Amino acid sequence: MNTTTDPLVSISELRKSYDDNPVLKGVGFAIEEGDLVSVIGPSGCGKSTMLRCINGLEVLDSGTIKAAGTTITRQPGAPAGAELAKSFHVLRQRVGMVFQQFNLFPHRTLLENTMLAPMLVSGVPREDAEKLGLALLGKVGLSNMEDRYPANLSGGQQQRAAIARALAMKPQVMLYDEPTSALDPELVDEVLHVMKELDAEGMTQIVVTHEMRFARDASDYIIFMEGGHIIEISDEDEIFTNPRDERTRRFLRRFL
Amino acid sequence: MAPEINLTGFEYEIIQAVAEEMGREPVFVPNDWDGLIPGLSRGLYDCVICGIEITVEKSAEVLFTRPYYVTYEQLVVSKTAPPVTSLEQLAGKAIGTLGQTAAVGMLHKTPGVTVKIYDEEINAYADIVNGRVFGVLLDYPIAKYYAFANPNLRFTGPPFGQISYGIAVARSNSALAGELNDALGRVIASGKMRDILSRWGLWTPMVADTFGQPEDPSLPDTEYRAFVAETTDQPTLWNRLLGYTRFWPLLLKASLVTIEVSLLAMVFAVALGFTLALMRVYGPFPLRWLATLYIEIIRGTPLLIQLLIIFYGLPNIGIKLDPFVAGVLGLALNYAAYEAENYRAGLLAIPKGQMEAARALGMTQRQGLLHVVMPQSFRLVLPPVTNDFISLLKDSSLVSMVTLIDLTGAYKQIATQTFDYFGAGLLVATFYLLIGLPFVRLARYTEQRLLPVNQRRPSRRH
Repeated sequence: MNTTTDPLVSISELRKSYDDNPVLKGVGFAIEEGDLVSVIGPSGCGKSTMLRCINGLEVLDSGTIKAAGTTITRQPGAPAGAELAKSFHVLRQRVGMVFQQFNLFPHRTLLENTMLAPMLVSGVPREDAEKLGLALLGKVGLSNMEDRYPANLSGGQQQRAAIARALAMKPQVMLYDEPTSALDPELVDEVLHVMKELDAEGMTQIVVTHEMRFARDASDYIIFMEGGHIIEISDEDEIFTNPRDERTRRFLRRFL
Repeated sequence: MAPEINLTGFEYEIIQAVAEEMGREPVFVPNDWDGLIPGLSRGLYDCVICGIEITVEKSAEVLFTRPYYVTYEQLVVSKTAPPVTSLEQLAGKAIGTLGQTAAVGMLHKTPGVTVKIYDEEINAYADIVNGRVFGVLLDYPIAKYYAFANPNLRFTGPPFGQISYGIAVARSNSALAGELNDALGRVIASGKMRDILSRWGLWTPMVADTFGQPEDPSLPDTEYRAFVAETTDQPTLWNRLLGYTRFWPLLLKASLVTIEVSLLAMVFAVALGFTLALMRVYGPFPLRWLATLYIEIIRGTPLLIQLLIIFYGLPNIGIKLDPFVAGVLGLALNYAAYEAENYRAGLLAIPKGQMEAARALGMTQRQGLLHVVMPQSFRLVLPPVTNDFISLLKDSSLVSMVTLIDLTGAYKQIATQTFDYFGAGLLVATFYLLIGLPFVRLARYTEQRLLPVNQRRPSRRH
């Protein structure tokens, strides 16, 4: 990590409980612009919750989140007021998110899916939104499919369309919540390919994933989580060849 | 406000004669018998002439003119029944009558009598033949017109009681009462009253005595005979159908009222229902609670009660609504509760991921609702909403209770004029079917369209 520039995303002391069940027990990390970071760990370790806390889909209990120029801090026990919601609303406009289940808008064509948010949220004129949407659909390999409805597409095509939809808001950071978990194995690579291309263009990306091969091949570094803690943040080669923590070693043994 | 109905009758002629004396043009407003006096106090019309008996209780509610007719209660029984000489003999028997008549009081005071109150006299007399009541006790003119000529029925017993009919006006309107009194006096004195009552076969010794005029009728009872002739001959089916052609204008107009009331009520029900659903699903606590309360109260009480409260109850707190407005409002407020539940189901059926995706893209909750969730739930609820409209169309028949002449109102009018509840019922039912048919088709169409929402054929944009 380069320590001379400010990190583009950093979180610290992030805590989150559901009822009395703590899911995040004070996690923190910082990543630089252009990094691709994979978050791995066993089911229920809190990795998805951490990702969803970053753009406020889950409201953090306490801690600090800095992303794309917005800093949000919540003290323990402070009310989750309108101020917090407002800050996340600003943050979300600069942070894109891709979901496991794609969550494309089924009543809209692919092109309309990409145009809706830029027009509504950023006030982009229709012609510009259309031009941008067509370019992004081309970029993810969906040229000439702009008039299709999501249900007529394969899972891989839907996920690539979802990435194009998120990119249409020109985010500074992209968050992926298990983007290939709902896909048939033969469709996984086409989605990962798009993410690698974005990485090559310098997009900052945080990927919660079970794809260890992708994590090793594409990540700048890897965050391993277990039981609501970040156990290890390591270089992608190091963590696979020589994990520092015994828990990481145990987890990775199942994949290698 | 005044539908074209074929109005006839001795009271119709009396009020015209009275109006002529007053130099006024009468405007006729039809209403249910039970709604006549409430309608007066809520200002639907200025006076009522419809066989309303002058009693102490009613005098507390309305002002009466001097009597325009005096008569008594006549007992009618089956042709085969033994003669009856006193009311006490009726103990243990079921006797029919109409609400708000002197007969009701007399029967209630007679021990052992089961009193059955009817809305329409012809139904009461029909039930003697049907064996549902032993006899019917009603004002003599009613008995004379609706039972006397019936070969299955016969009059029995002495005249029971003495009753006077007066024209009723609102208590606040003593000026009109005075004006009517003077005119009525002149109509009686000039012999015009005797002419009218003679032609209608109602000039009885009791009336002659009260008015101080000769006992014999001044004219033959032509109107009475015409009425009997029209109502007793059994027409062929074809002639009966032909007879209904004169009701076409009424039926078409009534259909239009039914359609207008239903469509308008549905539009408001959809709008209010949607608001309630949004309040219930996305609103903060007090709004959510209010919406739930509204829905539970409305769904837990009968639509008819709600309509009657809106039309006859609200005037008590100073809100007087036109019958059309009251009908539309009653149906709309009621159906809004049901639509709200439809929409709530529709909103909840949309996966959470849709709103999350919208918010993750930077949309506000409002934008997500408006552009992502609502368009999808709208498609989901279209079939149940269309089905509800068909129910509403049928429930709209209740607006006939607030004096609107919709199809059901027309049915009552036609049936009481033709005595053909069966034929007229089938006719009106057919009208409801025909009006509802396009919407039944629409419901089918939307149901079929719903399934492939996610698999709709791609459509070219350009």
